[in-house]
Amino acid sequence: MNHKNTLPKHLRNLLLAACTALPAAGVARPSGQALAFTCAGCHGTDGSSVGPSMPAIAGMDPEVFVDAMQAYREDKRNPSIMNRIAKAYSDEQLEDMGWFFASQRLRVFPQAYDAALAAQGLELHQQYCEKCHENGGLPGDAGTLAGQWIPYLHYTMEDFINGKRQWPRKMKRKVEAAIEAAGDQAIPALVNYYGSQSSTGPTMTTGTTGASGAEEQEQ
Amino acid sequence: MKADMKRRTFLRAAGGAAGGAAALGTLGFPALVLGASRRVVVVGGGVGGCTAAKYLRKLDPSLSVTLIDPEASYTSCFMSNEVLSGERTLESLTFGYDGLRGYGVTVVQDWVVGIDPDQQQVTTQGAQHFDYDACIVSPGVGFKWDAIDGYNEQIANTSIPHAWFAGPQTLLLRQQLQAMPEGGHVIIVAPPNPFKCPPGPYERASQIALYCQHHKPRAKITILDAKDAFSKQGLYMEGWRKLYGYGTDNSMIQWVSAAAGGAVEELDPDTRTLVGLVEDFQGDVVNIIPPQKAGNIAFAADLVDGDWCPVDKRTFESSRHPGIYVLGDASSAAKMPKSAYAANSQAKVAAAAIIARFQDQEPGDPTFVNTCYSVVGEDFGISVAAVYNLDSDTNTIEPIPGSGGVSPANASPEIRKREVSYAHSWFKNVINDMME
Repeated sequence: MNHKNTLPKHLRNLLLAACTALPAAGVARPSGQALAFTCAGCHGTDGSSVGPSMPAIAGMDPEVFVDAMQAYREDKRNPSIMNRIAKAYSDEQLEDMGWFFASQRLRVFPQAYDAALAAQGLELHQQYCEKCHENGGLPGDAGTLAGQWIPYLHYTMEDFINGKRQWPRKMKRKVEAAIEAAGDQAIPALVNYYGSQSSTGPTMTTGTTGASGAEEQEQ
Repeated sequence: MKADMKRRTFLRAAGGAAGGAAALGTLGFPALVLGASRRVVVVGGGVGGCTAAKYLRKLDPSLSVTLIDPEASYTSCFMSNEVLSGERTLESLTFGYDGLRGYGVTVVQDWVVGIDPDQQQVTTQGAQHFDYDACIVSPGVGFKWDAIDGYNEQIANTSIPHAWFAGPQTLLLRQQLQAMPEGGHVIIVAPPNPFKCPPGPYERASQIALYCQHHKPRAKITILDAKDAFSKQGLYMEGWRKLYGYGTDNSMIQWVSAAAGGAVEELDPDTRTLVGLVEDFQGDVVNIIPPQKAGNIAFAADLVDGDWCPVDKRTFESSRHPGIYVLGDASSAAKMPKSAYAANSQAKVAAAAIIARFQDQEPGDPTFVNTCYSVVGEDFGISVAAVYNLDSDTNTIEPIPGSGGVSPANASPEIRKREVSYAHSWFKNVINDMME
């Protein structure tokens, strides 16, 4: 999928979600909304999770969503319940679900974090991560980090580091460099920084990201 | 009381006016022109009822949705085995209905005693009447009290709890475990299929074992089963071997299948003795989970065929009375299990189907998911998942081939540990999706 265009992203997502909601003539299939509704028992209503181990998927880039689901479907990620669930869906259905979640507003919930680690994480983020995870890791082409649940982010980083999840291009080198710079603190610092952005407490953002600690973020 | 009367009078008046509009509607006037909001009455404030009420309002804020339940708050049965081990409190499982009110659902605390499918009216014990354009019935399960001689509701409430609804009986069972002598014997009587929460009795045995491990290390737990196999059996036994010595002479947990004499016919409540086909079993603490059927109102409203309520699985509309939709444990929803997640999934299908009906549209193709986690012990969680499609020809909800299934056998300790935290996050999100 290549979605380069000049429309503001949220508008583009909404338009495409509206298009994919139209059923293909003569083909019986559940709507993207019906498919996506079945995810809410684990990922929260419309994908805004309130459970710290389950990632928020509202506002997620549809391409990132489909990539993740395909990786689960093909057993390329550390096995969880998702490997078993993803095997039920066709590419087309994954895209339908992806567009549904892309058009949902991400609601973030306050979570406890270590302020000192978060401050250190901000610096590491700017040096090693911001280039791909733009705007402090807001939902975008490289997944949702800002406001994401800390326990889930820890699992994810463990999986990358232990070779149980394939590194995206350049990410391994960048994470290794961050660890080289900050040692064992690097991952907890980064994870606390991302998690801190859902807090109503002092925000650790650069002030230009739009992640102001508000309860809702425009994706 | 006064406010209550006012509301009642208002509801009657509103119901009457809208009822007249509905009658005109049948003469060919489009409902939109009349401007009457469609009324959905939801009977039962559990997972199915709450989810349906919330999603109806979420999908169509013009609907008038009333949810009726005898309790002022909801207490989840899922995760209540952790109350037995002391890992959590009953309060942590109890939630008010204010979240639903925030969605514009009218919540009424009363007991529904009748549903008239011809008049399209629900009647409560408090003599309230609610007219409906669609009625959702999600009452959960009831018990077959006559299945085990000597067992009855009064004994369950006072000395030998079923604790299959979370509440006072859960606390009674917890207190009995705490008061049990060192080296005591706990008996759990597991019911025949189908029943609510298929892995539940085995998670219960596990959580009681977790408690005993810390507080009564010489205690024994016997599961007397009416079946020869059970949900997630291989994974449970793996966990029991690892955590509780299962398979050794010193195992804390013993499972007696029906074939091995586990089926129980009679109880002597005074001596807490269970009479089996092969031998008798005497326990210090006895927990009987009786055989099950649909909740009372399903029988009172003539929605059952045998023990459960047959439905069109595209919409969950009753096969017996049109306009009434039966969700969750009470429905006959093969091949979905009777679980919280299943009820949650069915509720959204029914809500969308009801809205489609109100708009004179065909219901869409349904899709269903079930996920269920069990906590076997410290850092040992397991799960089962399934994604289903409807086979319209057979009216069966079929798992999609090649998908779903249970956690891998002999998984790493890290995976098992993560599944405990997934279980707890699952709990939060199911509650969120049904009523927050």
